[in-house]
Amino acid sequence: MTYAQNLRCRECSRDYPLAALHVCEFCFGPLEVVYDDDGIKAAVSREAIAPRPANLWRYREFLPCDADTAINIGAGFTPLIHAKNLGKALGLPNLYIKNDTANPTWSFKDRVVAIASSRARELGYEKLACASTGNLANSVSAHAAAAGMEAVVVIPNDLEAGKVLGSSIYSPTLVKVAGNYDAVNRLCAELAGTRNWAFVNVNVRPYYAEGSKTLGYEVAEQLGWRAPDHCVVPIASGSLFVKIRKGLNEFAKAGLIDEPHTRMSGAQATGCSPVATAWAEGSMNFRPQRPDTIAKSLAIGNPADGYYSLVQLKDTNGACASVSDEEIVAGMKLLAETEGIFAETAGGVTIASVKQLAAAGRIDPDELVVAFITGAGFKTAEAVADSLGPALEIDATVESFEAAYEDSEGVPA
Amino acid sequence: MAVQRLRFTFPTDLIKEPVIYLIGQQFEVITNIRMADVDDRTGWVVLELEGDADEIARSVAWAESRGVRVDPITGDVIEG
Repeated sequence: MTYAQNLRCRECSRDYPLAALHVCEFCFGPLEVVYDDDGIKAAVSREAIAPRPANLWRYREFLPCDADTAINIGAGFTPLIHAKNLGKALGLPNLYIKNDTANPTWSFKDRVVAIASSRARELGYEKLACASTGNLANSVSAHAAAAGMEAVVVIPNDLEAGKVLGSSIYSPTLVKVAGNYDAVNRLCAELAGTRNWAFVNVNVRPYYAEGSKTLGYEVAEQLGWRAPDHCVVPIASGSLFVKIRKGLNEFAKAGLIDEPHTRMSGAQATGCSPVATAWAEGSMNFRPQRPDTIAKSLAIGNPADGYYSLVQLKDTNGACASVSDEEIVAGMKLLAETEGIFAETAGGVTIASVKQLAAAGRIDPDELVVAFITGAGFKTAEAVADSLGPALEIDATVESFEAAYEDSEGVPA
Repeated sequence: MAVQRLRFTFPTDLIKEPVIYLIGQQFEVITNIRMADVDDRTGWVVLELEGDADEIARSVAWAESRGVRVDPITGDVIEG
């Protein structure tokens, strides 16, 4: 069962049924799932949740579909580690990393697609669809395969081979579109409006977005049932950024944690920084941008939740960093070298932003900080390949090894 | 008759121009504003355009030629 009651417009508060709807018919504001909060509070407890399987369906009462019949490929409950080495390097002794590279298709998108695909099937859809440059396509393809549903995945025709492979292994219908970003975007918006498919981030977006809340639940539980003091989150559409806080607030409303006072800070690449730019200018109106960054999974120039991200930055006394491509690569390497975590470029954005915000005094060294790493490094290997040192090339003799090894000592690869 | 729901984003130099009025004057298109926020530097308007599909396309192309950015109301549909 689910405690979801209806959809509600974030702008004008009009209610709608739990259907495949995503914008208000009156004001075109975004719709959001509303729950029976009292019912949830009566049903959940720390003791009930703790022994459940280690995936996101352990938070079943807070989700908008029936966990018993959900499509479950094991998304969620990824590691939260105390990043002591990285924290030492950045002057943040209480820095934690939420490592969402450990999801089934190696990115946090498994959370949102788990919910969207499950709800889509409940609503009677037989086809899942999305337009993506990587992570989302991988996750939609995998979930559709596991559910026996058809997947239609639309991608730009100039995508790297590795990202295409990450979807095609699950045998979706893969559609490569010629044209620039705007043209592909508009085509996909039109397809979403005319086809009777579940476009996971369009017509079933209210359910899709709920998946991101589970990051907030998990972090709170893994910290011993408390909210962090400060979260640093990469901002693409802004949905993840907003929903993590929603998760913390819902846990508090259900009596599982104390009222959170978590500061929420954002991380963007300078080459696609509509939210960071508006924040720096003190404006609540972001201007859409044409993305030009190696952090392609964050390359959303016209973020659906951009405005709500700005509101949240303001409401929580957060800050928004933007970092260059060089800083992104350095961030990826720093995380790998200090904590043994190989993140994709979005992770480099997050780590470089934590560094920038800490150096600027926007993160208090005493705060318990959680940095969210949302995807695995092999997805964007080309971003760092050229900046890594070569291996030692030797003959198959001990002498050759010793000569080469001694020469290299003290010189990091 | 076709209907399109769009978000117009205005650069600073177009803030004072009556672009939406002119669409209604120059094209056989009904403009129906649903949400908007405009300040002295930038502004956006979410609106519905109703009319013949080709006429809507022509009106959008004209707005873009004036410097307005036109997007689907869903924001970017392509995700990482």
